[in-house]
Amino acid sequence: MSSQSFCKKKRMLSSAIEDRIIHGVFLVCGLVTVIVLFGIFGLLFFTSFPAFEEIHVTEFLTGFDWNPTSYVKEVYGIVPMLVSTFMVTLGSLLIAIPIGIGTAAYLSDVASPRVREILKPVVEMLAAVPSVVIGFLGIVLVGPAIAKFFNISNGLNAVNGSILLAVMALPTIVSISEDALSSVPASYEQASLALGATRWQTVIRVKLPAALSGVIAACMLGMGRAIGETMTVLMATGCAPAMPKSFLGPVRTLTSSIAIELGEVAYNTTHYYALFALGLVLFVITFIINMISDIILHRYEKVSR
Amino acid sequence: MRKLTVVMLVAAISLTLSTSAFAKGMLQIKGSDTLINLVQRLSEEYMQQEPGKYISITGGGSGTGVAALINGKADIANASRLMKDKEIKQASENGVDVRRVVIAMDGLSVIVSGSNSVDKMTVDQIGSIFRGEIMNWKEVGGPDLAITLYGRQSNSGTFVFFRDFALKGDYSASMNRMNGNSQIVEAIKQDRSGIGYVGVGYVKSATGLTVVNVAASSGGPYASPLNSADVRSGKYPLARPLNQYLNGVPKGDVKAFIDFELSPAGQSIVEEMGFFPIPNEYVDFNKKSMGM
Repeated sequence: MSSQSFCKKKRMLSSAIEDRIIHGVFLVCGLVTVIVLFGIFGLLFFTSFPAFEEIHVTEFLTGFDWNPTSYVKEVYGIVPMLVSTFMVTLGSLLIAIPIGIGTAAYLSDVASPRVREILKPVVEMLAAVPSVVIGFLGIVLVGPAIAKFFNISNGLNAVNGSILLAVMALPTIVSISEDALSSVPASYEQASLALGATRWQTVIRVKLPAALSGVIAACMLGMGRAIGETMTVLMATGCAPAMPKSFLGPVRTLTSSIAIELGEVAYNTTHYYALFALGLVLFVITFIINMISDIILHRYEKVSR
Repeated sequence: MRKLTVVMLVAAISLTLSTSAFAKGMLQIKGSDTLINLVQRLSEEYMQQEPGKYISITGGGSGTGVAALINGKADIANASRLMKDKEIKQASENGVDVRRVVIAMDGLSVIVSGSNSVDKMTVDQIGSIFRGEIMNWKEVGGPDLAITLYGRQSNSGTFVFFRDFALKGDYSASMNRMNGNSQIVEAIKQDRSGIGYVGVGYVKSATGLTVVNVAASSGGPYASPLNSADVRSGKYPLARPLNQYLNGVPKGDVKAFIDFELSPAGQSIVEEMGFFPIPNEYVDFNKKSMGM
């Protein structure tokens, strides 16, 4: 065996080991995410479990009053919080999705390359504004404006929360939708225009459907942001625990309840466990939304094939 | 993944930083949002006089501070309410010997918009309003306008004090839960139908709102929380002591800081910040707590 081929073999061997090591490293990285996810789920599940020794599950899921620090009698009902979370999320999506997709379409199809180069980073920078700053703007700027516009006494309500959450979800929706629209093959657009379609028709009927999976993913991510956001809604929606009566009344979301109460709760009490149960509910909601969006995406992919 | 690494790195760094700060003898004070500005100001003055001493102050509400003291994560807990029996028991189970020092007096102020004609109420009326029984201003001599309630969140000592003292029942579920005294002040300024409660230190220099005069009963004399003598004598019915809770008889840095707070210089800062100096009964009480 010549020394040369030995060297070669050694090099091959070492590169095989390298491959293995790198393979292992990436495997560990992948596993960490999965382990963390299962860990969080397990923690939430087992910590919230003792809550139901004292609270009936039906009372918890269908009760209309939440007052664990009551002067008279503690009650744990999450319906108003579920409704509140649903209201602000829906409201924010109603605002953010049309604006977001419109902006994305403008950026990908109408704006000149230079405008796009400037505008897209600017939109993405919106995501860097801390939520507490947005919440503050909600109190001093958006709130009074809403109060004036609807002629009500104050602007701490679901509309305020929806507007602020829409602002926070916009960068995600715009950025990812724009990527999806831009990655539609140029041949689609050319074919559409060659058949005599206007640019509007091309964007709406050809490019958007072609990019739909990406656009839906963008909206779902925006929704995830809206559901999980805490500080902004905590500051701007009034946080009254009563059942919300309208979009112009105060609401209190699941997240703000956890944030308000977890700081002061005595460890290992029913109240403490109940807050983890709230977290579990939130986790399940997000999980279901992700599942649904996944199913939609798959179905759509099958159809498009 | 990179994000995760960064998060872990930041967590590790901040952990080492915070423990090393603790080791260097930085005094950790935590708790009431009513007290935070006052204690911040006191500590600034103190640190200027005693170079080399460091004090870190965070808010989060009286409940948060008391929990930190019980868990050994704070040297001093600021509390605008008294510790509950349950909490004291928990503390002693954790080996914390709770001591209470009163550093200032507060007239818990009930505030309404400056455009509201109501400027005096009894404790009973205030209680009914916040319990949600009186829902229109005309029932207490004001305009025909639905009342909007502004209160604190349940981790606030002010929330608990006001409930136990003025309401003796639960807050109306439609009360807005605000995140701190200044947010209530801001909200009341903008809302002509609003009513809220905050520490007197937050209303002394505020404009655009009315501080309601309060009487214990309908026949009784109405007193203002802005009047030092009335608050200190207890003629103002919603007067309350602002407390700091300690672990054991104070020694070293803790004692030095509390001595400063209770000194004439410290008490003049208390006044400057809109609260009131402690009356004689509490001077004696403090001496006993501090083992003097």
